[in-house]
Amino acid sequence: MSLAKRIIPCLDVDNGRVVKGVKFVDIRDAGDPVEIARRYDREGADEITFLDITATHDNRDTIVHVVEQVASEVFIPLTVGGGIRTLDDIRRMLNAGADKVGINSAAVANPEFVREAAERFGSQCIVVAIDAKKVSQAGEPSRWEIFTHGGRKPTGIDAIAWAKKMVDYGAGEILLTSMDRDGTREGFDLPLTRAISEAVPVPVIASGGVGNLDHLADGIIEGKADAVLAASIFHFAEYTIEQAKRHMASRGIEVRL
Amino acid sequence: MSSVAVIDYGMGNLHSIVKALQHAAPEVDVVCVSDADSILRADRVVFPGVGAIRDCMQALNQLGLSDVIQQVAKSKPLLGICLGMQALLSDSEENGGIKCLDVFSGHVVHFPESLKDSDGNSLKIPHMGWNEVHQLQQHPLWENIPQDSRFYFVHSYYAQPNDAAIMAATTQYPDAFTCALAQDNVFAVQFHPEKSQAVGLQLLENFMHWDGQA
Repeated sequence: MSLAKRIIPCLDVDNGRVVKGVKFVDIRDAGDPVEIARRYDREGADEITFLDITATHDNRDTIVHVVEQVASEVFIPLTVGGGIRTLDDIRRMLNAGADKVGINSAAVANPEFVREAAERFGSQCIVVAIDAKKVSQAGEPSRWEIFTHGGRKPTGIDAIAWAKKMVDYGAGEILLTSMDRDGTREGFDLPLTRAISEAVPVPVIASGGVGNLDHLADGIIEGKADAVLAASIFHFAEYTIEQAKRHMASRGIEVRL
Repeated sequence: MSSVAVIDYGMGNLHSIVKALQHAAPEVDVVCVSDADSILRADRVVFPGVGAIRDCMQALNQLGLSDVIQQVAKSKPLLGICLGMQALLSDSEENGGIKCLDVFSGHVVHFPESLKDSDGNSLKIPHMGWNEVHQLQQHPLWENIPQDSRFYFVHSYYAQPNDAAIMAATTQYPDAFTCALAQDNVFAVQFHPEKSQAVGLQLLENFMHWDGQA
């Protein structure tokens, strides 16, 4: 027996409420983030990730209060992503009780930011979030590129090369989202997940596309991910975290039960 | 009211550990301090830390806290966590070799490169996530914590004590390494009890009631 594979529920938070956008259109309200985080903790979540999708700058303090409240009663690792652009943003989240921050577009805009952040706060709290989309045609060897702005803006950067570069710059973990699969409930992009996981020495969290419990297990077994992240299948109580873990265990995956 | 001092020397965020200590033992006064007097006055001391060992030792020396921690280690319950544990060894091979506090005789070493699990997959460094802690001795800090409970880890270096008798627990990644040390009134853990849910809070509660005797 050894290290358990992690299940990480993700809460998309907009103005202090948990929402789940299906392909960013139909945004459904899923409730109070503190209440939901408490439930996930009770059900055995290994970590919790908050993704702040609040559009207006004025309302960004809301996520800080959410993290503060959750951190004073939930004692598992907490990650906050969304809108992390400066060292000061990171400090604010860590002071609120986050253990890690997710950096996405700010890393694409300025890779040095990841290096500075890792030097200042330590690699253990720097998660680089990568949104990747397949760009190769059928019949060609698979190739994925980094996209920003919710998958709308191509950057021309190769996803595998980018993941390696981010680790060199000090990322302690990679949160990998397939923009082709996000919101589809068709399962992770397994070849992408595996390619990134085998390319980097740090843990990789698979994200984007989970629709059932087998998808989670596939991400670990075939995608070689170290952790799996999902949002909607947990929010609307289709499955509990515990059910997900028992299912993964039944497929031979080591989990914390 | 009994008190616990959490040493604040700029290495990482103390929010979690303070909240977890308050939660585990609401009757205890928890203070974050960086001066010798406050540390020496407290009934118990927690020595946390994340980051690199060179920065850690530099910060301790600048604040004049190295001697203070060595003094605490001879006099009252002391809990080292993560980098705080590593700093209690004699030296670490991180940053090209750094002399540490030598409360525990031994070294801090990096996980070997290219580790594989039993299926031949490469093991990731840092060792990050929930792993089993195998208790090697009876100790007041293990009270009410089931054998092989999972705690949350995140680290790339680990302690190698010279004296096996002070090993309090091991964890496998993929070989067994020492994840807890116990010697007189000092206990140290590589994992993060403040992030290890119920078992972590239990360990902190045990520490808050520990009189420093094994």
